[in-house]
Amino acid sequence: MSEIVTKDASKEQVFYATILEKGMFFGLGLMFITFALYVFGIMEPVVPVDQVANYWAMPVHDYLVSINQNFLHWEHVPTGWSWMKLLAKGDFLNFLPVVILSGVTIVCYIVIVPGLFMRNDKAMGFIALATAVILTLAASGVLRGGAH
Amino acid sequence: MLKSWKEKVGMLCVLLTCTLMLSPAWTLASEVAATAPVVPNLEDPNWWKWPVLLLVVTFFMGIVAVLGGVGGGVLFVPIIGGFFPFHLDFVRGTGLLVALSGALAAGPGLLKANLASLRLALPVALIAATMAIVGAMVGLALPTHIVQLALGGTILGIVAIMLSAKKSTIPDVPKADALSSALRICGIYHEPSMKQDINWKIHRTPAGLATFIIIGFMAGMFGLGAGWANVPVLNLMMGAPLKISVATSKFLLSITDTSAAWIYVNNGCVIPMLVVPSLIGIMLGSFVGVRLLKVAKPTFIRWMVIAILLFAGLKAMHKGLSSMGIL
Repeated sequence: MSEIVTKDASKEQVFYATILEKGMFFGLGLMFITFALYVFGIMEPVVPVDQVANYWAMPVHDYLVSINQNFLHWEHVPTGWSWMKLLAKGDFLNFLPVVILSGVTIVCYIVIVPGLFMRNDKAMGFIALATAVILTLAASGVLRGGAH
Repeated sequence: MLKSWKEKVGMLCVLLTCTLMLSPAWTLASEVAATAPVVPNLEDPNWWKWPVLLLVVTFFMGIVAVLGGVGGGVLFVPIIGGFFPFHLDFVRGTGLLVALSGALAAGPGLLKANLASLRLALPVALIAATMAIVGAMVGLALPTHIVQLALGGTILGIVAIMLSAKKSTIPDVPKADALSSALRICGIYHEPSMKQDINWKIHRTPAGLATFIIIGFMAGMFGLGAGWANVPVLNLMMGAPLKISVATSKFLLSITDTSAAWIYVNNGCVIPMLVVPSLIGIMLGSFVGVRLLKVAKPTFIRWMVIAILLFAGLKAMHKGLSSMGIL
């Protein structure tokens, strides 16, 4: 429990930073690749690039209903993790790097929790665990706003 | 006197916005029809103009953000939301990803240099991230014109805070409070300007954490990032040294914006044609901005940022009021 405070970053902090850095570089690098595949027409998108402008001025609910009616013809609009079914499509493939960038923090939290408990830093351990649970809940798609 | 007046106006704007947003009356206003107008599949040969313009504008935004010492999100949402044809839902989602990417890029270096404090960030992040989720859900449930109007009010509040906020390089913290002592939130960093190691600790932790309830909510609701509020609270209220506050705030955004970003992503508020050019523009602009830092005049840039935000805030309010038929 009693840890000497020094000028150097703690083990957890350096560990967290290392994972964050790797996730960030991977996510950003992948974003360039997936966007190139999409914008240069290498992978066919759900919404053709020359028709995207018809949709970006709409509220998100109307956008989802419209692209579903015009292109997908699914029973439900594509929200939550349903983009995974569309990974073969150029536009939805770009969700992958976005999700990696949004998810790397959760990984960082999960990784540091055991170390905090092992060093008997229980308060910080519980705080980190609670945050990891909340972020995972947000990522799961269980929590959603009533999109207008 | 003037500063205290500006501070009060800033706080009033922020509090009014929160009160307005938390009113249960708006839940009725958010009821929506289950259908949407069917859009004809018109092919627009000039579709690429807006993404290219977005890339150019975000490039300059990246430069100004670095030179003005503000996050990309706080410039992105009011400017792109006010002057581009994209719906505010997508602008806020993209704004969060812009702020998130900036924080992810800066976070690892700041943590390794021990300028961003993980111990300070963890309890703050728990509260801010939770409230950012609530803010994002409320923001997506409210009618657009209400969010637009509240966004305008918030931006004007930020302008007032920027005009009045003081800074304290190393605040005087006579005694750490019980909560921060229990959580061992303290540290040491080297201050080159004083050529000495600074032992820092914080106080007023419960009040500071309570303030992050509001900050997190607003960050999630408007997709603004929240560096404009994080730094004054960490530095002036809780007593963390300025460098620690700035660095921890930047790192904190990677957690707060993550939680809100998931709500926007899961609600479908991601259009790659808006997200990717914005991220590339901001990143390239930030690289150039860092190089220009040596020659730029910070005071001029700060006033420019304030003027831009003032204009964008008024534009957002005008849009909101016009949609309501008031203007």
